[in-house]
Amino acid sequence: MYNVKEIVANRPSRFSEGHRMCAGCGAPPVARMILRAVKPEDHVVVSNATGCMEVSTCIYPYTSWTDSYIHTAFECAASTESGVEAAYKSLKKQGKLPEDENTKFICFGGDGGTYDIGIQALSGAMERGHDMTYVCYDNGAYMNTGIQRSSATPQFADTTTSPAGSVIPGKMQVRKDLTEIMVSHHLPYVAQTAAYMNFKDLYEKAEKAIYTKGAKFLNVLSPCPRGWGYPTEDLMKLNKLAVETCYWPMYEVENGVYHITYKPAKKLPVEEFLKPQKRFKHMFKPGNEWMIEKFQEEVDKRWNELLAKEEMTNK
Amino acid sequence: MSIRERLSGNEATAFAMKQINPDVVAAFPITPSTEIPQYFSTYVDNGEVDTEFVAVESEHSAMSACIGAEAAGARAMTATSANGLEYMWEMVQIASSMRLPIVMALVNRAISGPLNIHSDHSDAMAVRDSGWIMLFSETNQEAYDNMIMAHRIAENKDVLLPIMVCQDGFITSHSIENIELIETEDVRKFVGTYKPEHYLLDRKNPISMGPMDLQPYLFEHKRQQWEAMKNAKQVILDVAKDFEKLTGRKYDLFEEYKMEDAEYVIVCMNSTAGTVKNVIDRLRANGVKAGLLKIRVFRPFPVNEIAASLSKAKAIAVLDKTPILNLTGGPLYEDVTSAMFVQNVNVPTINYSYGIGGRDVTEKQIEIVYNDLQNLKDMSNPFRFLGLKSK
Amino acid sequence: MEINKNTPWQDMTEGGVIYDAGNSKTFKTGDWRSRKPVFDLEKCKQCGMCFPVCPENAIPVNKEQKREDFNYDFCKGCGVCSKVCPFGAITMKEEGK
Repeated sequence: MYNVKEIVANRPSRFSEGHRMCAGCGAPPVARMILRAVKPEDHVVVSNATGCMEVSTCIYPYTSWTDSYIHTAFECAASTESGVEAAYKSLKKQGKLPEDENTKFICFGGDGGTYDIGIQALSGAMERGHDMTYVCYDNGAYMNTGIQRSSATPQFADTTTSPAGSVIPGKMQVRKDLTEIMVSHHLPYVAQTAAYMNFKDLYEKAEKAIYTKGAKFLNVLSPCPRGWGYPTEDLMKLNKLAVETCYWPMYEVENGVYHITYKPAKKLPVEEFLKPQKRFKHMFKPGNEWMIEKFQEEVDKRWNELLAKEEMTNK
Repeated sequence: MSIRERLSGNEATAFAMKQINPDVVAAFPITPSTEIPQYFSTYVDNGEVDTEFVAVESEHSAMSACIGAEAAGARAMTATSANGLEYMWEMVQIASSMRLPIVMALVNRAISGPLNIHSDHSDAMAVRDSGWIMLFSETNQEAYDNMIMAHRIAENKDVLLPIMVCQDGFITSHSIENIELIETEDVRKFVGTYKPEHYLLDRKNPISMGPMDLQPYLFEHKRQQWEAMKNAKQVILDVAKDFEKLTGRKYDLFEEYKMEDAEYVIVCMNSTAGTVKNVIDRLRANGVKAGLLKIRVFRPFPVNEIAASLSKAKAIAVLDKTPILNLTGGPLYEDVTSAMFVQNVNVPTINYSYGIGGRDVTEKQIEIVYNDLQNLKDMSNPFRFLGLKSK
Repeated sequence: MEINKNTPWQDMTEGGVIYDAGNSKTFKTGDWRSRKPVFDLEKCKQCGMCFPVCPENAIPVNKEQKREDFNYDFCKGCGVCSKVCPFGAITMKEEGK
């Protein structure tokens, strides 16, 4: 049974303080809890894509990682890790590493390094079936370079390359559904989660992913106070609203079988998620009601598709 | 005991890799280097090596995976050509900055565009200042020998730099030549086992690699790379000496062919040197004092040694198998002339761009060069195009 | 050997490798803070809501699974903990007041 107090008390953080992520950033609690899902006796090699997390956690001569860590470039966290994992396999096979000691391979990338510039390397590494867990911390834009739109940016969001202008009101395209793209790789385990309800869902999925053999993918919502435009203290509220409106469903796909791990008793209107965020402010101006309606339609469509997939794969 | 064989340059390279038995090979096919991962994956699938072969989805990932593997504490190798090398360009720089002794077989081919699959050196030249050691090979034998020496050079603790072994696409990569192979057991003894001091899979000593390296640090780390490149020169010579003991085959920073009294000298790299040697023999029979300086070690560039070797010539032609798109000359010409200038060697030196996109390099062309050198009146036209169709 | 802004190139680690895992613990981020969380032990029911949400790992949890006072060396004052506390045991105060 998941017991957060026990886990935090008994598993020291593998993601140290003294990092330089922004105050209230959604990513560190996520990364720290995922790493706590690793058994204390297991070693980890983290591969990190260039992005907020990388530039804030490994600034020479400091590192926040207590395990081994490698960063090479923006688009290749997955391919870099595939080399590390291949080396591990080869050295183990040759008896050059102790047989009874295990190393786990975990990648962290933002949505820029995962949905966009890194999708080729990610797809390749997943298809090749390297024994690794790729974690995308999705904050819905290129936050590190100053909030430019990504393919993970929700429709209508105001970003610095999709500004809410007088003619074009923010990003016109809908979000890419990367989790579903990963499901299409027919991986042993794909999951989408958020730091919600005392991290239970996140922890359990991380543990399952890390201890399932093969290539696994986790997509984790990671609110960004600066990019989304909300007060830092509201981090957990944003996580909650994303899930309760079904904007960010929490589900897993194990060997092709869908399981929605949390179904809101009463699905909240998506407005509740949009309203606290400055990036959607223009949607609430008189005359822009259509934007909220359209956003709601997209959320509903995807949620219904997900329900149908769950039903279909559990027959 | 050596083994006499008949192999193409690609086969010889793949065979060297098999004998070395690296821990990881990550590669993506591209003409004309494709055969190397093909042959190699056959060794892997037949259980003849301990290697994990990572059939990556791109060259960018090939170099990324090599970086990951080498950083993890393994020996990693790859092979590529032209656009493949350009696609991995970003990672090529990162590999050397992380001080990872990765070994690459580069089968030289013209880079796009327009698309062409045949040999020139534009791919190697586009990465010439990436912090990699670069060896060039005239023949299949040299491609094989350089490959056997590569790890010893790259992994030396005073060096710790990646290395590429170059040969000409198709001209040597696909031509079968007689070759003398070393017994596998001797290769393994010569190459030795890889024992990195710090590596990712050392769980007792976890490390972080590839940090954000800001203003107080990057300059100093680059200076360290320079030092490593400087150290590489002596290490290359030391390894060559050991190699000579093993095989009897002698290697240096460059090869001098009939240079003792040479008045008219060609400087070039890779397979063209063979053609030049034939022409020199014929010219010498007619009393022309022709010579050749064939570069083997292009990075680190042996500046002083080259300047000294060229100091007694009357006229020099540097042959760049690279399109020259600036007005300062090809990369080899720039390096040779700047080496000479700094050492106060003042010999008229002209530059030819030649063999572009696999254009045949004939003895006739080389004769033209030596003829030009003998009749060099002034330096008003130092930049020339050899074998170009022109009105 | 400690590496700092004045370290000469000869003494820096090659390739920028960092050998001291987790050494960011020596880099204090507490001075980023403009607001400060204040912990009221009396009101705290040790429910475990606050410590996993802290981005800075600035809420120490002891072996008895109980949280202790904030580690102000690292707390950046984001206030996420104060918002998740169901018992009002964490209040945010302006720094320096």
